[in-house]
Amino acid sequence: MNQKKKILIVDDEKIVRESFYHWFTEDNYLVDTAEDGETALIKYAQEKYDLLLVDMKMPGMSGLDLLSKIKAIDKDAIIILITAFSSVPTAITALKNGAYDYVTKPVDPDELAHLVKRALEQRALEIENVQLKENIDEIIKPDNLIGESFQIKKIYELIHSVSHTDTTVMIRGESGTGKELVAKAIHINSNRKYSPIITVNCGALAESILESELFGHEKGAFTGAQFRRKGKFEMADGGTIFLDEIGSISLMMQIELLRVIETKQFNRVGGNEIIKSNFRVITATNESLEDLVKAGKFREDLYYRLNVFTIVIPPLRERRDDIPHLVNFFIKKFSSAMNKKIKNISKEAMDFLMNYEWPGNVRELENAIERAMVVGKSDSITVDDLPFHVSRNNLELQGDEKSLASFEKKYINRILNENSWNISKTAKILEIDRVTLYNKINKHNLRKPE
Amino acid sequence: MDIFIAPVKFYSKPLLQNLIQELSKRFSSNIQVIDIELNMDDFFSIERKQYFSTQIIAEMMKLTSQYNGKVMLLTDVDIFVPALTFIFGEAQLNGKHSILSVCRLHEIFYSGIANENLLLKRTIKEFLHELGHNYGLRHCIDWDCVMHASHGIEEVDIKGITYCRKCRSKVEGYK
Repeated sequence: MNQKKKILIVDDEKIVRESFYHWFTEDNYLVDTAEDGETALIKYAQEKYDLLLVDMKMPGMSGLDLLSKIKAIDKDAIIILITAFSSVPTAITALKNGAYDYVTKPVDPDELAHLVKRALEQRALEIENVQLKENIDEIIKPDNLIGESFQIKKIYELIHSVSHTDTTVMIRGESGTGKELVAKAIHINSNRKYSPIITVNCGALAESILESELFGHEKGAFTGAQFRRKGKFEMADGGTIFLDEIGSISLMMQIELLRVIETKQFNRVGGNEIIKSNFRVITATNESLEDLVKAGKFREDLYYRLNVFTIVIPPLRERRDDIPHLVNFFIKKFSSAMNKKIKNISKEAMDFLMNYEWPGNVRELENAIERAMVVGKSDSITVDDLPFHVSRNNLELQGDEKSLASFEKKYINRILNENSWNISKTAKILEIDRVTLYNKINKHNLRKPE
Repeated sequence: MDIFIAPVKFYSKPLLQNLIQELSKRFSSNIQVIDIELNMDDFFSIERKQYFSTQIIAEMMKLTSQYNGKVMLLTDVDIFVPALTFIFGEAQLNGKHSILSVCRLHEIFYSGIANENLLLKRTIKEFLHELGHNYGLRHCIDWDCVMHASHGIEEVDIKGITYCRKCRSKVEGYK
């Protein structure tokens, strides 16, 4: 909503008028009030309102009478009626007379907010006869997704070209390369930017709660569920759902996921109502889904449904030219957040960073700079401030150990040992979740020293 | 400008301690807990079994005039304004007083499983949100900003835990 929408609240109770007035004003609407139908009609004749919220039962002219009179003046007026008690026959009469909808007082804030938003959006679409598309030469980039290398420029181009479509996107890249940032960039450059982007880390959710997380549940669906709760797919209505670590979901959930992505419909757990949601899907993985499909661990139909437009983010070691840009960006970011006077980095420290392998990619670089900023005493980051052992490159590798897998194994093992195999602490330092860390420990067959 | 927290009918000491610790990281302002003698029962609606927040704020104004700063009443009870079924908090726009209820921020209400970390995160978000209103901020369209409106718990969870760049500039003492 670019222009502020104007709402007229018509209610004989002062306290209700005031409550709604403050509530909608906070929500950035222009709000006016009227204490009865007659005043509302006078105001409506003088001003153009985008939506009217009308109490059904008022002394003098009733809400239904006001509805008829306003519809006679402007058949396109959006009117939502409110009543203190639910009455189906009155609701039907109101809808037949052209009310947009009908709510019962006290009103659920969530329902009313969505109802008003949806009504106004629907009207905006109806009157939009010319598509005035913004000419975005440059995409809006989220923090951290920076660089000047040809690889990162290529990614900007891909983001630019896919943002304005509703195409399903799959983002691939190692851990820490910024897959979520790319997903966010696609979202904020799309027409869906005023609705949320909902992130689901499929690897971090236990199978038992994934269903309720994704689809929501009704009140009383299980012991302790005292309130209805919307799921991630419902929350993503109008926006984007970002399914991170898509390769880790079970075959059972894959069936559900495929169905929901194709139909855009589902039920909340314990509910019969069919919920419709208009979302765009972006997924990310650092695994080879092709291998998972071959191994029978990932459904082929879901793979083809998701793998429509792919963006591959290169690891930091393959775009070293971006390291100085990123370092300067992080120094600026942390010096302002920490009130530190550190403004630059020594040549020796920069050389070190340029030659390091960065198994944890941009996230690891960010952590390294943050830590250096905390311990740094001078106005420049030195090698001693960097969070690596001073044997300069740190993890010396033997000739046959230069693969990424062996480096990762050695690095994770070192961080685990430095933190006495405290899984939570190690996962935090590596900036991965605990499930991923357990998977990596198993993959590399790492064992806690006796 | 100092921030005063007035716990009334608020029973979770660890949550209060953790909240203050987290706020101290975010604000250069002095954060103090104050004791106010406000009888919440005067504002209890028997019909709704909830407490009327607008009237509580009006009463707070009488009791806290000596404090030079922002005053937030923190409570465990469920609060409302007449038109709506519930609210998480209410604040004076460009004013001094606000109220925050953690009643519906407890995860146990929704999933039946208590989650103290999530409760703290939600409490920080709604605290920053109401305080933002005191500093004159209206709801922000940026979902990453804590000033985004939350009409339900799901929206509290998906919005960000910091102010966006634009909103941040208006909040005094925010690092």
